[in-house]
Amino acid sequence: MFSEFLQYLFTGITIGATYALIALGFTLIYNASHVINFAQGEFLMIGGMATVSMTAMGVPMLLAVVLAVILAGLLGIALQRLAIAPAKDANVVTLIIITIGASIFIRGLAQLVWGKGYHVMPNFSSSEPIEIFGAVLNSQSLWVLGVGAVMVVALVYFFTRTLTGKAILATSMNKDAARLVGIRTQVVLMLAFMVSALLGSVAGIVVAPITFTSYNIGIILGLKGFVAAAIGGLGSGMGAVVGGLALGVVEAMAAGYLSSDYKDAVAFSMILLVLFFMPRGLFGAKIVERV
Amino acid sequence: MIDRLPQFRLRGLVFLAIVVFSVPLFISNPFHYGLATQIALIAGAVVGLNLLVGFAGQISLGHAGFFGLGAYFSAIMTSTYGWSAIPALVVGAIAVAIVAWVVGRPILRLKGHYLSMATLAVGFIIAIILNNERETTGGPDGMPVPPFDVFGWELSPFGQYSLFGLDISGDLAWYLFAGIVLLVAVWLAQNLIDSPIGRALRSVHGSEVAASVVGVNTAKYKSLVFVISAVYASVMGALYGHFQGFITPSVASFDFSILLITMVVLGGMGSTIGVIIGAVVLELLPQVLADFQEMEMVLFGLILMLTMIFMPKGLLPTAASFLAKRRSKSAGGDA
Repeated sequence: MFSEFLQYLFTGITIGATYALIALGFTLIYNASHVINFAQGEFLMIGGMATVSMTAMGVPMLLAVVLAVILAGLLGIALQRLAIAPAKDANVVTLIIITIGASIFIRGLAQLVWGKGYHVMPNFSSSEPIEIFGAVLNSQSLWVLGVGAVMVVALVYFFTRTLTGKAILATSMNKDAARLVGIRTQVVLMLAFMVSALLGSVAGIVVAPITFTSYNIGIILGLKGFVAAAIGGLGSGMGAVVGGLALGVVEAMAAGYLSSDYKDAVAFSMILLVLFFMPRGLFGAKIVERV
Repeated sequence: MIDRLPQFRLRGLVFLAIVVFSVPLFISNPFHYGLATQIALIAGAVVGLNLLVGFAGQISLGHAGFFGLGAYFSAIMTSTYGWSAIPALVVGAIAVAIVAWVVGRPILRLKGHYLSMATLAVGFIIAIILNNERETTGGPDGMPVPPFDVFGWELSPFGQYSLFGLDISGDLAWYLFAGIVLLVAVWLAQNLIDSPIGRALRSVHGSEVAASVVGVNTAKYKSLVFVISAVYASVMGALYGHFQGFITPSVASFDFSILLITMVVLGGMGSTIGVIIGAVVLELLPQVLADFQEMEMVLFGLILMLTMIFMPKGLLPTAASFLAKRRSKSAGGDA
């Protein structure tokens, strides 16, 4: 009974940590540019797929991971420079459609390069599962949680202790004012996309041994990340983390105790409940509009 | 907004009617008629979605959910319960209106893009239900839909009909029917835009705060137009099901929702004729790209991205302002 609950909890927290990283990526780009980046899931896919294919070519695991993350980072920069920046006068809806076009394009490229099949990545360390109070924990889950925690701490450090991080925050709060104090907002936007891509690719790599990976895995994972960000209150970093974990746990519990067919429906109902009763999300800022 | 006079709209409607009725002069094979009918029905749903996006400034990422709900409601009522097509369509539309109202009313009181998140969720929930309630919906395999019928008279793509003494194939009959439905949909939408409701909506789009200051109940109008756009989707979905004769949950999928909103933005938000062009282009593009096989996805994504980057206002508004600029330039040259 308890071991069953613990089992669902482990599953939920693991996948929830992944959702949290994706949600943080959404939040970062949303804060910097008010764009909901529908290509966010593709960064995950690129991270996982590039690592798998490079290790298959004989590149050592660690080097493959670093290269995959760099590749995703470059992709993030390219997305901002080549697709978002040129359309600077476009309204937000148009920018969102551009990111949808970009995600279809990236997915198409991935399909050309890596084919349509599923790719398996071995666990980072031993494939022996760990047993805790009768529940089984995949050793990869510890990697997901550990890497997730490190990323969150690194992000907090980046935004509160470094000049670049503060510049991104300043731009997200008031673009014009940021420009006036000498922040190059275009560079900041580029950085936001890059950091967001790095986050996404890391999430994609650590979760790949659990979920496997394929050219279209970014769609559903990206969407779940968006749901997590919406639950937490779009734009709040804290909200993204809590929203991600909450979504993961609720989903796993719903799959375990209710019905696995309807676990996604439960996840999506959470958005509605939050919007009905806590419209700003769990941690969203109160919006005051100046006229 | 001087260029938005009713006269201008009437011209658009007449233009559309000419195009719709001249299409049969250029095509004859059943496959092309099928495609044209499908485009006309989807364009009708897009015209409704445009009311929400173009005139209330709200995004729906789940409109396929309403389209699918309408389609399945009609399919289930006509096949399992033996209802006639029109009552099924009407009751389905009312059911969809209630769903849209229940979801939209609390959320549209908030400012910002919360409706996009809520509609995304609703669309997914509808699709998940359609996929899983196998006993009623046939699950992922889909279900057959009886032909559209009016007082015992059936409209089927495989039938033979005669109109004013002319023999008309079922394909052509369905196309003409879908074309007329589209014209009516456009006419209703244009009337709505020119009505006091439309003016209130445009004021909401211009500045929501200013609109509420002069006494427009912004939340009420936004909910109303959301419900209307959902009803458009539901009716078109019901007809689409009857036309296809078979539906699967893909009519309610997130991909299809994204396709619908993309048609609006690509064609030109706020322009009724523009969004129809968006529907035509995005329905025909895959047909053209199918020859490129595995390059299809890359090309589709690339074309979508490039069009939106270089024509952020959409195809028709960009073309119109380009023509206007050229005209004023040549007029300046004459003087």
